[in-house]
Amino acid sequence: MTPADLTLILPEILLSVYAMVMLLVAVYTTKDALASTLVWMTAGVMIALGAWIGITGEGTNIAFNGMLIEDGFARFAKVTILLSAAAVLVMSEGYMKQRDLLRFEYPLLVALSAVGMMVMVSAGDLMTLYMGLELQSLALYVVASLRRDSVKSTEAGLKYFVLGALSSGLLLYGASLVYGYAGTTLFSGIIETAQHGDVSLGLLFGLVFLIAGMAFKVSAVPFHMWTPDVYEGAPTPITAFFATAPKVAAMGLFARVLHDAFGNAVSDWSQIVALLSVLSMFLGAIAAIGQTNIKRLMAFSSIAHMGYALMGLAAGTVLGVQAMLIYMAIYVTMNVGTFAFILMMEKDGQPVTDIASLNMYSKQEPGKALAMLVLLFSLAGVPPMLGFFGKFYVLRAAYEAGLAWLAIAGVIASVIGAYYYLRIVFFMYFGDDSQEGLDKGGSTVLWGFLMASAAVMVLGIINMFGVEAAAAAAAATLVN
Amino acid sequence: METIILFAPLVGALLCGFGWKVIGEVAACWIATGFLFLSAALSWIVFLSFDGTTEQIQILRFIESGSLSTDWAIRMDRLTAIMLIVITTVSSLVHLYSFGYMDHDPQWKEGESYKPRFFAYLSFFTFAMLMLVTADNLVQMFFGWEGVGVASYLLIGFYYRKPSANAAAIKAFVVNRVGDFGFALGIFALFFLTDSINFDDVFAAAPELAETQLTFLWGEWNAANLVAFLLFIGAMGKSAQLFLHTWLPDAMEGPTPVSALIHAATMVTAGVFLVCRMSPIMEFAPEAMMFVTVLGATTAFFAATVGLVQTDIKRVIAYSTCSQLGYMFVAAGVGMYSAAMFHLFTHAFFKAMLFLGAGSVIHAMHHEQDMMNYGGLRKKIPYTFWAMMIGTLAITGVGVPVWILTLGEIPIGFAGFQSKDAIVESAFAAGSMYGFWALVIAALFTSFYSWRLMFLTFYGKPRGDKHTHEHAHESPMTMIVPLGVLSLGAIFAGMVWYGSFFGHTDKVATFYGIPYAEASEQGDEAAHGDAAQDDGHGAEAKGDEHHYVFAGQPGEGALYVAPDNTLLDDAHKVPYWVKTSPFAAMLIGFLMAYWFYIVNPELPKRLAENQRPLYLFLKNKWYFDELYDVVFVGPAKWIGRFFWRRGDGDVIDGSLNGVAMGIIPFFTRLAGRAQSGYIFTYAFAMVIGIAVLVTWMTLSGGAN
Repeated sequence: MTPADLTLILPEILLSVYAMVMLLVAVYTTKDALASTLVWMTAGVMIALGAWIGITGEGTNIAFNGMLIEDGFARFAKVTILLSAAAVLVMSEGYMKQRDLLRFEYPLLVALSAVGMMVMVSAGDLMTLYMGLELQSLALYVVASLRRDSVKSTEAGLKYFVLGALSSGLLLYGASLVYGYAGTTLFSGIIETAQHGDVSLGLLFGLVFLIAGMAFKVSAVPFHMWTPDVYEGAPTPITAFFATAPKVAAMGLFARVLHDAFGNAVSDWSQIVALLSVLSMFLGAIAAIGQTNIKRLMAFSSIAHMGYALMGLAAGTVLGVQAMLIYMAIYVTMNVGTFAFILMMEKDGQPVTDIASLNMYSKQEPGKALAMLVLLFSLAGVPPMLGFFGKFYVLRAAYEAGLAWLAIAGVIASVIGAYYYLRIVFFMYFGDDSQEGLDKGGSTVLWGFLMASAAVMVLGIINMFGVEAAAAAAAATLVN
Repeated sequence: METIILFAPLVGALLCGFGWKVIGEVAACWIATGFLFLSAALSWIVFLSFDGTTEQIQILRFIESGSLSTDWAIRMDRLTAIMLIVITTVSSLVHLYSFGYMDHDPQWKEGESYKPRFFAYLSFFTFAMLMLVTADNLVQMFFGWEGVGVASYLLIGFYYRKPSANAAAIKAFVVNRVGDFGFALGIFALFFLTDSINFDDVFAAAPELAETQLTFLWGEWNAANLVAFLLFIGAMGKSAQLFLHTWLPDAMEGPTPVSALIHAATMVTAGVFLVCRMSPIMEFAPEAMMFVTVLGATTAFFAATVGLVQTDIKRVIAYSTCSQLGYMFVAAGVGMYSAAMFHLFTHAFFKAMLFLGAGSVIHAMHHEQDMMNYGGLRKKIPYTFWAMMIGTLAITGVGVPVWILTLGEIPIGFAGFQSKDAIVESAFAAGSMYGFWALVIAALFTSFYSWRLMFLTFYGKPRGDKHTHEHAHESPMTMIVPLGVLSLGAIFAGMVWYGSFFGHTDKVATFYGIPYAEASEQGDEAAHGDAAQDDGHGAEAKGDEHHYVFAGQPGEGALYVAPDNTLLDDAHKVPYWVKTSPFAAMLIGFLMAYWFYIVNPELPKRLAENQRPLYLFLKNKWYFDELYDVVFVGPAKWIGRFFWRRGDGDVIDGSLNGVAMGIIPFFTRLAGRAQSGYIFTYAFAMVIGIAVLVTWMTLSGGAN
C-alpha cells in the first residue's frame, strides 16, 4: 500500500470520509434539520468529484497489486454514476421534504452507495468486486425501506435484502469456484489461466454463477423478480435512484468481469449473456403492457432496457462495450427526466402513480406533456430521438458480432415495447377528460430536469455531446 | 443561349407557381409567358443560325456510379433545334392564348385562384419537354420523359373537381407507365450491352449490336432489334399508338390549351422524336422497323375511322392527332426519319391551331363541346372560322399536284400537303404497300372528318341551345393572335422548309449535319435504273439526277441513314399516280363530306341506321376500352381486391391482430401471474434461472 495507490482511489476515499464526517456532524448537531443542506452538499461533492475524475484522469493505472484498476472505462462509468446520483439527489429533496421523509442519513447513504459503485467499476479482483458490491447493496437495502412506517416500503426493503443475499450467495459461490480452478482471485490471473488451452468447465461454472449474481444487480431476467416490487414500494425518489446509478455500476462491473477476467472465453459467455438479453427484452416489453402503475411500468421498462445493454455486452467486441456505455448514458438521462416527471405527478398534494390519471394531460400542461412525449418516444426508440441511436448502436454491435438473430429479436421486442410507452402518450393526448386532472405546477427543479432531459433527447442527435467518442475511448481501454 | 432556352421556362414556372402570392396573379402569369417568349425567340435564333454540327454543352455532372458516368448536358443538333422551335413557339402562343381561354373558367368559384397554377404547370411542362429533347443521354431523356408525364397528369386533371378529369389523368398516367416500362427496359438493355447510356457511345456501338444476340424472356433476340423494339414500346405509350392509344381521347378532359400544347404539338410527338433520335440503332433493326411501320399505318387508319363518327369537337381532333402520329411513325419506320420530322414540324403548327381554334369555338359557345349543338357559326366568329379553315386545308393536305405546277422544285400547297405527301411517297418507295394504302385511305378519312367538323360547326342552321347561340361571341385578341401566328406556320412551313427536310440528299444531309458522298457510279446507277424502269416514273428526276448518298457513321449528324438507304431519292421518283393519290383521297373526302353535311344532311343519320353494327363499332372506338376493361382492368382490380381483402386484411392485419390482441396479452397475463409478490417464488425463479444457465453452458459452451 503505497501513497501512489492511495492517490488513485482518492475520490473514493474523499467521498467516504465526507460521508462519515457528515454523519457524525449531523448526529451530534441538528439531525434532520440539516438534511436539506446535506442533500445539496452531497450532490455538490459528487459533481465536483465527477468533474475531477473526468477532467484529470488519464491512462490506465493499477493499484494495490492489481486489485483496483483505474482506466478510461472506470472513469466513464464513475462520471456517469456520480452525475446521475447527484441529479437524483437534487430531484428528491423537495419531494421528500414535503412528505417528511427527508432524513439526514439519506444523502449520506447514497454517497456511500456511490463509493461502492465506484469500487465496483474499478474492481480488478474478486475481493474488490465483492466489497464494492456489498457496500453498494447495503446502502441500497436501507434506502429502499426508508419509509419505515409504510408496509410497502419495508416490504420492498426486506424483499430486496433477502433476494440480494441469495444473489450474493450465488456470486460468492461462483467466486470460490473461479478461485478454485484458477488459483487466484485477480482478474489478470484468471485471464492468464484461461489463456493456456481451453477454459475448464469448473471455471465456466464459476463464471455462470458470477453472471447470475451480477444479473441480479442489473435485474436481468430471470433474476429480475424483485424489481417491480421494490420500484413500486420504495419512495419515488429512491426508485429513481435505483433505476439509474446502480444500473450503470452493475453494467460496468459486468463488462469488467467478462472482459478483464474472461476475455479469452468470449464465445462461452456470449451466448449466456445473449440469452439473458433476449429474455429481458421480451419479458420487459410484454409484462409492462399489463401495468397500470407507472412505477411498476418503469421497472419493466428498465428490465427491457437492461436487455438491450446486455445485447451490447453479448457482442463481446469493442463496439459492443462502446454501444453498452452509450446506451447506459442515454438510458440514465432518459430515466432522470422521466422520474422527474413522475415525481411531479400529484393530485391534491398526494403522489399519484396511476397511468390513467394522465388522461388529457396535454390540455392542462402542454409543455410538460410534450417533454414527456419526447422522453417516451426516446424510451421506445423512435427516431430521431436519442433513444433510437442507443438501440441502433447495440443492434449494430450485435449484428457485426454475428448475432443477427439477437438483433432481430431486439427489434421485435422494441416494437412490442413501443406499445406501452405510446399508450401513455395516448392517454396524455387522446384520453378522455372525464376525470379530474393532476395538480398543476410543481417544483422548478423537477421541471428543469424534465425539460433538460427532453432537450438532450432531441438535441443530442447532433453529436451526442461527445459521449460517443468518450465511450469509444473507454471501451478501447477495456477490450484488447 | 441554349441554357437560357432550357431553363427560362423552369424559372418562369417556379416564379409563377410559388411566387404568385407575392407578386400577384396577373404579374405571375405574365412572367411565365414572358420567359417563354424569350425562350421562343432564342430558339428561332438558334434554329436559323444553326450549322448542323452536333455539339454538347455540359451543365453539370449527373451520375457517377460504377461504370455509369453521365453528365447533365445539352445535345445540340438539328433534331434538337427543330424540337426547340416547335416546343417553345407553340408553348409561348398557348401561354398567351390561355390568358383569354382560362379567364372566368366556370369550373372554379368566384375569387378562386387557379390561373397561376395553370401557367406554372404549362411552363413546367415546357421545361420538362425541353429537357427531353435536349438530352445527351438516355437517363436525362427519361427524366424529361417522366417530367412531361407528370405535367400531363397534372394538366389533364387540372379540373380536379371533375371525377372524369381525375379518371382521365390517372388513365393517361397508367397507360403511359406501360410504355415507360418498355422504354426503361430498353435503356437497361442498352446499358447492359454497351456499358454506357450516353448517345455518342450507344450510337457508336450500334453496328456491333446488330451482330449481338441477347437472351430475353423466352428466347434469343438480335440485340439491335430488341432494343429498338423496347424503345418503341415507350414511344407507343407517349405517342398514343394503337394498343396504348386509349388515354389520348380521354386526355381531352384537360383544358383546351393543354390539349393543343401537350396532346397535339409536343408531348405526343416525343415518341416520334425518340425513334428519330435513336435512328442509328433503328437503322440496324429492320424487323423492329417493320413493326413500327405496320403499327403506325394501322394506327393512322384506325384513328381516322374512329374520328369519322365522333361528335365531341375535341375528340375528333384528338383522334386526328392519333392518326397523324401514325403517319409519322410510318415515315420513321420505313427509314425516312427526315420526313417524320417534317410532318412532326408542320403538324405541330396546324394541329395546335386546330385545337386552339376549337378552343375558341368552345369559348364562344360557353364550353359546349358537342358539334351536334353547333352550326352556322361562320358569321358569329369569323376570325376563328378562317383560322379553322386554314387548319383544315393544311391537315387535309390541300395543294397543287406536282405535275401541274411547282415552285422550282418545291410543290405548292399547305404545310400538311408537303409533309403528308412526303410520307406517302416514302411508304410507297420503301415497298410497304400496306403502309401506303393504309395511309391513303386514312387521308381520305382525314379529309372527311375534318370537313365534317367544319361543316357541322360553321355551316348549316344553328342547333342546340338557342340562348347559347345568341350569345356566341368572338374571342379576345389574346386568343386570336396566336391563331394568326400559327396559321402562318400552317400555310408556309411546308413550302419554306421542303428542301431541307425532303429535298435532295445533299441538302437534307447538310441540314442535319450528316456527311454525304458522291454516289459510286455503277452500282447506284444500276439500281436506280432498274427502279426507274420498273416504276416507269417520269422525267422529272432524270434530268438532273443527284448522285449523293449519306455517308455518316452512326452518331455523326443528327440522324443516321445507312449508306444503302436511298429512300430519299427513291421517294422522289415514285410514279405520278402515287404522288397524286393523297390529293385524290383528299378531294373525295371533301366531296363526300360536302354531300353528307351540306347537300343532304339527313344522309348521315340514315347511314348510321342502315349500318348500325359498323356505326356502333366506330362510335365505341373499336371497343378498345371495353376490351381492356375485361382483359386488364377487371383482373387487375380483382387481384388488387384479393390482396387487399385476403392479403392485407386477413393475413397481415389478421396475424398482427392475433399477435397483438391474443398472444401478447396472454403472455402479459402469464408474466403478471408469475409476479406473485412472494419471496419464495422469486427465489425459486432465480434458482431455476441459474439451473438453466448452467445446463445451457454445460451442453453447448463447456463442450469445447
